[in-house]
Amino acid sequence: MDGFKTLHGKAIALDRANVDTDQIIPKQFLKRIEKTGFGQFLFYDWRFTKEGEPNPDFELNRKENQGAPILIANENFGCGSSREHAPWALGDYGFKVIIAPSFADIFHQNCLKNGLLPISLPAETVDYLLERAKNQPYELKVDLENECIEDGQGFTAKFFINDYWKKMLINGWDEIEITLQLEDHIGNFERKEIVRQ
Amino acid sequence: MGKSIIDKIWERHVVHKEEGKPDLIYIDLHLVHEVTSPQAFSGLRMKNRKVRRPDKTFATVDHNIPTDNRKVINDPVALNQMTTLEKNCMEFGIQLAGLDSPEQGIVHVIGPELGLTQPGMTIVCGDSHTSTHGAFGSIAFGIGTSEVEHVMATQTLWQTKPKSLKLEINGELNKGVSAKDVILYVIAKNGIGFGTGYIIEYCGDTIANMSMEERMTICNMSIEGGARAGLVSPDDTTFAYLEGRKYVPKGEGFEQAVENWIDLASDSDATYDKTIKIDAADIAPMVSWGTNPSMTSKVTEEIPRLEDCETELEKKSLSGALAYMGLKEGQKIEDIQIQHVFIGSCTNSRLEDLRQATEIIRGKKIHPQVRALVVPGSQQVKKQAEAEGLDVIFKQAGFEWRESGCSMCLSMNNDIVPSGEHCASTSNRNFEGRQGSGARTHLVSPMMAAAAAIYGHFVDVGALLAAETVQ
Repeated sequence: MDGFKTLHGKAIALDRANVDTDQIIPKQFLKRIEKTGFGQFLFYDWRFTKEGEPNPDFELNRKENQGAPILIANENFGCGSSREHAPWALGDYGFKVIIAPSFADIFHQNCLKNGLLPISLPAETVDYLLERAKNQPYELKVDLENECIEDGQGFTAKFFINDYWKKMLINGWDEIEITLQLEDHIGNFERKEIVRQ
Repeated sequence: MGKSIIDKIWERHVVHKEEGKPDLIYIDLHLVHEVTSPQAFSGLRMKNRKVRRPDKTFATVDHNIPTDNRKVINDPVALNQMTTLEKNCMEFGIQLAGLDSPEQGIVHVIGPELGLTQPGMTIVCGDSHTSTHGAFGSIAFGIGTSEVEHVMATQTLWQTKPKSLKLEINGELNKGVSAKDVILYVIAKNGIGFGTGYIIEYCGDTIANMSMEERMTICNMSIEGGARAGLVSPDDTTFAYLEGRKYVPKGEGFEQAVENWIDLASDSDATYDKTIKIDAADIAPMVSWGTNPSMTSKVTEEIPRLEDCETELEKKSLSGALAYMGLKEGQKIEDIQIQHVFIGSCTNSRLEDLRQATEIIRGKKIHPQVRALVVPGSQQVKKQAEAEGLDVIFKQAGFEWRESGCSMCLSMNNDIVPSGEHCASTSNRNFEGRQGSGARTHLVSPMMAAAAAIYGHFVDVGALLAAETVQ
């Protein structure tokens, strides 16, 4: 997994609340046994018509919205299922950062494990960004190290990310490797458990 | 200061604590199914890692299996996922309740049924409805595939302790109101995200008087209110349910276990980050009419109007939902016509759910425009229901009686609702496309689903039962 410190790129608007994981990646695409190749199915039922043609009304299909690494959405993004296929699909499509007023817990966690940065900002700030991003071109610079975003046109905002996850994302670390270094602690815990029982 | 059950379980499971990091917590039980595990096993294989505690890991197939004929699997991609799980379980030494096992079933039905689920445990599964197991006084939550791999390799997870929410429900439930209506009411009243960042502890005399099946239905849908986990302090009802189950200690061991479990219950002076109180008398049979579980009203009400929306965002969500559902603002819920009925899913597919549904349909026939399906939660539920003759009541009424699995809750197999048609479903999610592309889902209780099957539209089962009592 590649890490990143800063990211500069197009930010596009998906002004919808409660975007659920069933929308992000519909269940008919969950039967694969790989982690890759899910981008083609992202937002499938919104992105394509019944005939399988791109739906021209869907935000991501607009010509000016192509090639964006930053997605701005409304509250409670990623609610529903625990399927990690959702961040896999978003990442495979090309997104690296998602900005919203709030995220569902499991989805939030799943993003962090896949090099996808979820940024929570106050609702009014997100409203402002959604309006701006509806008129392309609109770009944002995300500085993960200093926890801030700016648009180079006067807008700046600070965001918060737990230091632990910040380090993980910046370095693209393997979490299991880190945990395995605590083997002694895990072994001790298990031995104590046996005594207690 | 007293402690809540959440504090007690969490503290007992911290393996490692460090400033600025989430806690490393130990996982007592890891449940695995075919859809969210293949990439985790591949990850282990790539790094030459093994499953640390196969003895604390248990697998089954449920999500994409057929429920009509189990011998023939026509979908090669689904079949590949199932055989991949079999191979993985064999290679890593994990016990599997496969398609031919009498213990197979929906992972959240068989965990409790086999007694794998026990009070005080931390339980995870790559499925958001893992919250179901909280009914036994455990901290149980859904995880993504990276975390599945992490638990397999280390038997631990890095987790920031969620905040605690006390949800107290008191009073007697009205006629026709079930646990499903209680949780739908809670979500409708508090919103789809009210539990985000929290573990919910359900308490109060309404919960205390509920059976384990009912508590499981409530905890199951915690995630539909945004809470990763929901639980109930264990009590005599819990212990009575567990006694004698396959993986529960026997004899003296059981008595010892109960002694430990009793201590888990929240102290009377425990503190919480948030408290919500609900009066059971306010709850009626509920029906979801929109595209998320908070878009739910009482069966006797009308669909909300755009003019009553408080914000632009709310108005946009409402009009989007109504367009998808093919419904009109102000329309009476009882006038919604139903073409499909699904009784099943990890929310409502246990013996008690099936019994309640048969009370409504006994001696009646389903409406000619309706296709109705009953999918028991497990092979054991199916067997018990058949021993009681419930299958005969369903079949005589015109229902299809199926094999156990997730089925039409998420329609990963062939059990699909066609585009534009309405389904009264005892499942947990009414998201767009959940039961099939363009399918229109209405979340209801088993009794409400059974009544909709008979009448072809929604009916207030409270009034129905009251009328039958008078006769």
